[in-house]
Amino acid sequence: MTQPVSNCPNCGAKIVFRWSSSVQTVCEFCKSILVRTDVDLKKVGQVADLPSDSSPIQINTEGKFGNRAFVVVGRILYEYDQGGWNEWHVMMNDGTSAWLSDAQNEYALSLSSKAQNLPAAAQVHIGQQFIWNNQPYTVSVITPAHYRGVEGELPFQYWDKTDVTFVDLRSESRKFATLDYSDPEPALYLGELVEFDDLKLKNLRSFAGW
Amino acid sequence: MSTGAPPLSGPPKPQAKALNCPKCGAAIVLRSFGQAETVVCASCHCILDAKDPNLAIFQQFEIETSDIRPLIPLGTRGKLRGTDYEVIGFERRSTQVDGITYCWHEYVLYNPYKGVGYLSEYNGHWNDISICKVLPTVDHNMFGGSSLTANYLGESYKHFQTADANTDFVLGEFPWQVRVGEKAAVTDYVHPPRVLSSEQLDQEVTWSIGEYMYGREIWETFKLPGRPPEAMGVYENQPSAVRTNVTGMWVAFAGFAVFLLALMSGFAMRAKKEPVFHETYRYNRADSKAEASFVTDVFELTGRTSTVEVKTYAPVSNHWIYLNYALINQDTGQAWDFGREVSYYYGYDSDGSWTEGKQNDDVVIPSVPPGHYYLRIEPEADPSLSGIPYTVDVTYDVPVYGIYGIAFLALLVPVIIISFRAYTFERSRWSESDHPPMQLSSSSGDDE
Repeated sequence: MTQPVSNCPNCGAKIVFRWSSSVQTVCEFCKSILVRTDVDLKKVGQVADLPSDSSPIQINTEGKFGNRAFVVVGRILYEYDQGGWNEWHVMMNDGTSAWLSDAQNEYALSLSSKAQNLPAAAQVHIGQQFIWNNQPYTVSVITPAHYRGVEGELPFQYWDKTDVTFVDLRSESRKFATLDYSDPEPALYLGELVEFDDLKLKNLRSFAGW
Repeated sequence: MSTGAPPLSGPPKPQAKALNCPKCGAAIVLRSFGQAETVVCASCHCILDAKDPNLAIFQQFEIETSDIRPLIPLGTRGKLRGTDYEVIGFERRSTQVDGITYCWHEYVLYNPYKGVGYLSEYNGHWNDISICKVLPTVDHNMFGGSSLTANYLGESYKHFQTADANTDFVLGEFPWQVRVGEKAAVTDYVHPPRVLSSEQLDQEVTWSIGEYMYGREIWETFKLPGRPPEAMGVYENQPSAVRTNVTGMWVAFAGFAVFLLALMSGFAMRAKKEPVFHETYRYNRADSKAEASFVTDVFELTGRTSTVEVKTYAPVSNHWIYLNYALINQDTGQAWDFGREVSYYYGYDSDGSWTEGKQNDDVVIPSVPPGHYYLRIEPEADPSLSGIPYTVDVTYDVPVYGIYGIAFLALLVPVIIISFRAYTFERSRWSESDHPPMQLSSSSGDDE
């Protein structure tokens, strides 16, 4: 992986991209949200202090999904009425980008899907069935969430959000799907629920007394 | 910011939080690093908003007794199935069935990496419970009533009970909005040692999967002093006291019976049943003194080592005749001695007519090698008999059936005993369910 180095246009701190396709990152020091342009980094916003959360995962946590190793390079933090959850942006050792979500210690790994003709948010209702990649999925929860902040590197620009809607779809196996209505164009993520132990995570956060 | 890489200042290490109850000022500890929705003040029984830095009060509840105490104190840690868990919450729940209140206890467990888990305890029976990650499916019966089976991860669970569970008492932290007095509809499906439960509150259904644990395992896990409370009765998902798979046992038994039958018919078909000797003699008291025993003509047994059947017939009636036999191998001198009695009595008494004995006798001598043989016969008879004819038949290589019968019974008896024990255990289990087995007798309360 190339690791282009530049400096934060706001505070001058060194900015290292761990993933060559990253579009956005956050300066670790001044919390400026920086977007890559053809020539340099442009500050587009500022991250307010992230609320303290209890995800055991952090930037640089390493793990395995099947036989592919990954490293955590960024995250988006959301809140909904039952607490917060993290979508950790992970970089697989084959260069693909994926998402490891941690919602109250329930872990899932998903990848962006290219499926077309996704339903509009208003058309989706609980119990509805969809088939993607020959796998049927049933809408189980529609979550109105609130964008709370970002950290690290992301594969797209993501910083000026407020309320966003997520649609969770379950199957009869560990496979699940998420419809993300953050942008005008819906996005589909297909993934599976994973066990903490199976992820073989390293470089986790530590908790006082544990 | 100057040049170089400044030291990384990661986010602060999460700490357990110590706060005070806004109502009574008592100390409140938040052990779950922000995972709890509600926390309960143990001294004034206020349910507080754990997400609120000021711990806003949601509810204050009354308790009828002060002796509701968790068997595992809050803050206790133990390694459960490989994960260190801390007990952070405790609740007592109850249900009413036919006017009787049944109470059980639930413990909330927490590990910062694995999240929340649960334990439940009812009358000394424990379950290790976690929320289902994959949704179970339910087969609805044709009447649209309570469904009889649920399927989870390829296993089928039988409906056990549906009841309203009331929350009576709470202590510590809960990852949901807990309230005393709240009623949820709980349905249990069992596949011992597991129980699949759905809990419906308003429109939200939560599925969980539990696995039976013994009190001593809980005591070992949390290193608790003393002994766990004795388990009473049979619990819904308690593994059967009969460890054997009864159906499998019967299948194996049937297989063995078929094998015995095949073996038996195989040997029966292979048996030559070859008549090798037939002779009729006459016993005369008059000359018996002179020459008590005599030998027969020589007959030949050919083929493999096998059985020899000796049949004796004598037309006795209210008499007996006793023959001392010896089967002697002319070539080796090896002898098989055996005595046979032929007696037949009949008469009439207050119960009607009766008979005893038969005019025929047969005996099988096992494992006789081929060769030239003869019989030495020494007859004795009832003193009242002056003389009687008798016939001796010898057949070589006859099938024997008795051994198969003994083998069959030797297997059948334990199979029946084990099946009966399994049946009575399942009866006790299901007698507590919504589908009790039909009562055989009026006795009940077979706790032990």
